Amino acid sequence: MIVVENLIKKFNDTEVLKGINATFEKGKTNMIIGQSGSGKTVFLKCLVGLHTPNSGVISFDGRKHTDMTIKTRRQLRKEIGMVFQGSALYDSLTVEENVMFPLKMFTNDGQKEMLHRVNEVLERVNLPNANDKFPAELSGGMQKRVAIARAIVMNPKYLFCDEPNSGLDPQTAIVIDNLIQEITKEYEIITVINSHDMNSVMEIGEKIIFLKNGVLAWEGTNKEMFKTDNEAIVDFVYSSNLFKKVREAYLNDN
Amino acid sequence: MLKQVFKKPQKWKIFNEMLFREIEDLGLKSLGIVVFISFFIGGVVAIQTALNVESPFIPKYLIGFATKRSVILEFAPTFMAIILAGKVGSYITSSIGTMRVTEQIDALEVMGINSLNYLVLPKIIAALFFYPLLVVIAMFLGIIGGYCAGILTGLFFTEDYVYGIQLDFNPFFVFYAIIKILVFAFVIATVPAYHGYYVKGGSLEVGRASTQAVVWTSVIIVTLNYFLTQMLLG
Repeated sequence: MIVVENLIKKFNDTEVLKGINATFEKGKTNMIIGQSGSGKTVFLKCLVGLHTPNSGVISFDGRKHTDMTIKTRRQLRKEIGMVFQGSALYDSLTVEENVMFPLKMFTNDGQKEMLHRVNEVLERVNLPNANDKFPAELSGGMQKRVAIARAIVMNPKYLFCDEPNSGLDPQTAIVIDNLIQEITKEYEIITVINSHDMNSVMEIGEKIIFLKNGVLAWEGTNKEMFKTDNEAIVDFVYSSNLFKKVREAYLNDN
Repeated sequence: MLKQVFKKPQKWKIFNEMLFREIEDLGLKSLGIVVFISFFIGGVVAIQTALNVESPFIPKYLIGFATKRSVILEFAPTFMAIILAGKVGSYITSSIGTMRVTEQIDALEVMGINSLNYLVLPKIIAALFFYPLLVVIAMFLGIIGGYCAGILTGLFFTEDYVYGIQLDFNPFFVFYAIIKILVFAFVIATVPAYHGYYVKGGSLEVGRASTQAVVWTSVIIVTLNYFLTQMLLG
């Protein structure tokens, strides 16, 4: 379990995160939603260690980030997989080399064993014949799949995804959503997804955290999100007529 | 920044792979332009000296002597460093800068990799190792260029030129040039890396950072050249 207690992050005098408390459970797809500028990305970057919080505690299965030495922090990072918004694949490396990179860096496995593991995860993300392709030769959806393969190749305990559906068509977005959810269940990992895509929030958000101006304004499941009267989340999620009608229909049916 | 750069590499095998890649990118791929420029610069220096030595009281072997001194002391180390600052400096800034704006550096950090050490140290070592070699090649080709200019223009006899080259040869001058290029190599690898690593924004900012990196690297090289010359020869 990841537990966040009273997390505060400032940039100069601007307080972006104002004392966030949250928990993320194992085997669940946890989603962070909120308007642009609400602090979602900063929150995610604090969780993965790209930003250092000004105060507060993040603990990964009881290991508090504030108590960690450089060595234990490095060890923790090996347990983290991350899918970036733009995939962040290494342009000069092939798909195979991209996915193999963490293995080469952190394990003493031989080339044959590494290749076996790479092929295993590439097959898992439905990209069995793309080993020799470069990222520039792949579509956006395929790049996301390679990024997911790279993120899970080390068998992480924690998977973080920053806008995994951005720039993808609705069909591909659903494929990526389902893939992330399946991997979360299959590997029993804690998945935290930062998303704007309300379709995927409704579809796979087992726990949803809504940030507004750096404050946790609401939390609950996707089903609870239909029923809630919380004005802030209703305004945000059901801002389009389509979602308003979907919500009304859901509430009438239940 | 430098404290992180000079930490022990996390995996030597990966470091060695990166080092050989950088030797190829920063060194071997610069060989062509170094060969071309140094040969012609040597020729031009010899022709200019020959055209300016009109007095019959000044011996013609001074053309070879002046070409050798100019090439070894200044043209090979400083001129080549400025050329490399342009060619290699912009490459370093744009490659690291692009990695920064496309979150590839963040991806390294999330994995627990010291990105400064991983990206910059191999560049520094490659430049320190290969650039002295490039300068020695530039010295040799500059002098050969002067010799060829003598044959092609007929402004001086090659015997005089060869005698001038051999006259009063001081090995310390070669050593001095090597010291200079080692300092310049460090500047060429680190200043553009700094500009690329800390770039913020998108492709336009990466382009701006590349230009700034080349300007600053050149300014630092020229300034350091002045102080090194005063310290080592003054």
